[in-house]
Amino acid sequence: MSTNKLKYLLQLADNALILGHRISEWTGHGPVLEQDIAITNTALDHLGQARSLYQYAAETYNQLSENDKTDFFASPVFLNHTQPVTEDTLAYLRDGWDFRNALLVEQPNGDWAYTIARSFFYDHYSVLLYTALKDSSDATIAAVAEKSLKEALYHHRWSSEWVIRLGDGTEESKARMQEAIDERWAFSGELLTPSEADNTMLKAGIGIDLDALKATWFTNVEDILSQATLNIPSKEAWMHEGGKTGTHSEHLGYILAEMQYMQRAYPGMEW
Amino acid sequence: MNNEWPLWEIFIRSKTGLDHKHVGSLHAVDAEMAIENARDVYTRRMEGVSIWAVESKYIHASNPDDAGELYDPANDKVYRHPTFYDLPIELKHM
Repeated sequence: MSTNKLKYLLQLADNALILGHRISEWTGHGPVLEQDIAITNTALDHLGQARSLYQYAAETYNQLSENDKTDFFASPVFLNHTQPVTEDTLAYLRDGWDFRNALLVEQPNGDWAYTIARSFFYDHYSVLLYTALKDSSDATIAAVAEKSLKEALYHHRWSSEWVIRLGDGTEESKARMQEAIDERWAFSGELLTPSEADNTMLKAGIGIDLDALKATWFTNVEDILSQATLNIPSKEAWMHEGGKTGTHSEHLGYILAEMQYMQRAYPGMEW
Repeated sequence: MNNEWPLWEIFIRSKTGLDHKHVGSLHAVDAEMAIENARDVYTRRMEGVSIWAVESKYIHASNPDDAGELYDPANDKVYRHPTFYDLPIELKHM
């Protein structure tokens, strides 16, 4: 039960951290100053959500039995760490196979359209996720969901408007937006495909029913894509999976190498 | 060809009941984006509760060269100030 709750928290937290990190790569490189600030704000929102969830995950981990603890992660540096686990330990000392984010969020930024498409699929998911999680029987998760929902609503408005603007824009912007939607589509399914942790938490009243949200997610996404005059990819398309259980694309390793380098090279460093 | 996005003037109301104050300008392709950019650029430290965006080209400004004829004539008309009334002592904060 506790281990499944921890897995569940890590799914949520790792999504937020890895997407936030990816988006933060735009800082200083945005297409215009105003959008550079906008996307950096969004990165910080995701990072803030990740922190709240990691703090709770750390608390949950520290309460596990010694046996559960040794079995849970397979990251050598994490396991050699003797202090109580904190949000930082979880973010900086786990290796890729111990991350549970969906494959979508670790995909590279590509051009602006690719970045928007990734956020667009994720933001529509996170609005549904946090709306439902507000009623979680777990008070901490419910509180994080309530705070995060406001941010997610703004993110989904922002990314949806960009999809419409580029899709219903010039010939070139439309072609690029369509390509990004088509290419990223195969990564969207995993968000709403329940893992073992999702199912266990649903039964416990802590998690949410992802299957029940699929239809709404599709309708909402379809609505924006129609407004954007873009083709809607098939619901039946084959989807990538594996991130939620620790099987990642090669991209995650590069993200972690950059993100974790400082704490690995200079443990406990502060600045 | 001019590839710059249009310029917008941004006005922020810092608290309900106060008036909107000009805070600066930014670029955006349309009004929705102007308001969202203003939200991200000018209210990220809780500076506001309401945003107005006006495309800069719709702002008409007086010409500084006309300052003499526009503003100087008011210089010697002190009687236009409401400072000649005798106020009761009990009345404070006027």
